Amino acid sequence: MSTTVDTTQMSAVAFSAQQQEDIRALVTRYPQPLSALLPVLHMAQQHFGYLPMNVQQLVADTLNVTLMQVREVVTFYTMFKEQPTGTYLMEVCTNVSCMLNGAVELLDHMCNTLGIQPGETTPDGLFTLAEVECAGACGSAPVVQVNNIYHEKVTAETMDALITNIQTGAETGGVA
Amino acid sequence: MISSDPSKVTAICFDRINIPNMHILDVAKKYGAYAFLPTVLQEMDGPKIISEVKTSGLRGRGGAGFPTGLKWSFVPRNTNKPTYLLCNADEGEPGTFKDRDLLRLDPHLLIEGMIMAGFALNVRDAYIYIRGEFLHEANVINAAIAEAYAAGLLGERILGTNYSLDLTVHRGAGAYICGEETALIESLEGRAGRPRFKPPFPAVEGFYQSPTVVNNVESLTTIPAILEHGGNWHSQIGVPNSTGMKIFSVSGHVNKPGNYEVPMGMPLHVLIEEYCGGLQHGDVPKVIIPGGSSTPWLGPEHYDVPMAYDELHKAGSMLGSGAVIIMDETADVVAITRRLSHFYAHESCGQCTPCREGTGWLERVMLRLEAGRCNAQDLVVLEEASRHMDGRTICALAAGAAAPILSLLKMFPDEVRSYLTESKVGGG
Repeated sequence: MSTTVDTTQMSAVAFSAQQQEDIRALVTRYPQPLSALLPVLHMAQQHFGYLPMNVQQLVADTLNVTLMQVREVVTFYTMFKEQPTGTYLMEVCTNVSCMLNGAVELLDHMCNTLGIQPGETTPDGLFTLAEVECAGACGSAPVVQVNNIYHEKVTAETMDALITNIQTGAETGGVA
Repeated sequence: MISSDPSKVTAICFDRINIPNMHILDVAKKYGAYAFLPTVLQEMDGPKIISEVKTSGLRGRGGAGFPTGLKWSFVPRNTNKPTYLLCNADEGEPGTFKDRDLLRLDPHLLIEGMIMAGFALNVRDAYIYIRGEFLHEANVINAAIAEAYAAGLLGERILGTNYSLDLTVHRGAGAYICGEETALIESLEGRAGRPRFKPPFPAVEGFYQSPTVVNNVESLTTIPAILEHGGNWHSQIGVPNSTGMKIFSVSGHVNKPGNYEVPMGMPLHVLIEEYCGGLQHGDVPKVIIPGGSSTPWLGPEHYDVPMAYDELHKAGSMLGSGAVIIMDETADVVAITRRLSHFYAHESCGQCTPCREGTGWLERVMLRLEAGRCNAQDLVVLEEASRHMDGRTICALAAGAAAPILSLLKMFPDEVRSYLTESKVGGG
């Protein structure tokens, strides 16, 4: 990946008046504005879907910090995405407690059902599959997060049903 | 209700957790939330509260087990800098899932504990740093905070007293290392979560170089009961040097995994057999991880170990966060260790060379071992590299990465050898 920022590729993006007001209120909660960087990035990702360079520049300008400060944070934290994901981000925990309860087999099953490997998106743009680290719900392993909604004690059958319901529109999984 | 007789206490943090709608202020108040808060704000002061917490013997429930009252006493009392209170809700140690229940089911207990801790430490601004994945939990606690503000329990002049406190929920964004308290502070300042050199300790120079106390969710939710019933009361629950109740997050090969709050010192087999429905296969575990994935493994000979700080240390491991992972005879310990080595390589923040290079290197060797492409000499190097990572870095992540590998090599030499090139037909 190039380290130079190609500004010609950066189309103009903006926060709405309401978002700007929310950010101003957020900044007052902290001793210094830089503290609001993670919450503002969450807000931006929620709104724009992911964090391309023009959105990162917008966040930097909004908080009056450098683009470098924003880039350092975006690239450090797993939840911040620089590339678009499918409408449904399926994150399968395969860490120890989930692994002991069939998470690896579940992930294989999902790869087969969706026809993609972890890190890939289905051609229709509906699903992105990812293998993730401990979700902190080990008592109900295996755990799959679908757009940050926890699905617990997941089986191949319940996952197939969820995928079918999303494909047919019967389940929105938090997507409006 | 929590009994004032220490011998009759059945729960502290989880006392009202199973009552429906406990996250709603009116319901929580009906069951005693904030009832003792006016007494604390009107009749107690910082030194008195810190003294009670010291007497209680409470040790930090996040993993390190440092005495909470002592931590509080390190905060300078005559300073013109603000003092900050940060709740560590970054729960990410594999196997740990106790704080999630406290956050989503009884958020007012945490808020009350933070008001009391904040009052004791003269804090004006407090934060709950919650892992980014816990979006639902963040929403629940934000709603509870909004209700608390509306009821005069947060903000200016709490309940008409001279004490004011603002409380803000701050979401992380997927980084295990931010559970380390100085990395958490870096992250809360809007930077990558890279642990700081200590000293200075956060109690003296923490959040924006000001005195800062970082406490785990479970520690803070224990405070209201300690202040209501007294430090002496709390010190009589559990066993010496490991006082009080403890939430154990039990997962892996047990029939009823879950969070169980029991008195400190309960023998592990009692916890597993009487609370967790026993093992999925066999009578004794193949591997016991007593305190989260970073703590050394124990074998079946320790199945009766009392779940307490000193006793687990004596057995060769640690209580950690109280995250008990049980593996029965069906567990593939090489595959499990390889998976854990991937976790630590992924989560290393990268600032210390032994950890950044070591964790990736350990993962690559574990991948080769599992694929049958290691020889006996590789095992020697694997062990030496693990030993050399420990104690040579700013934080404990490298030691956590070494723990499962050293445990594997020590406890299962034959199983490991069966993976070596010379043991595999056609391997190499």
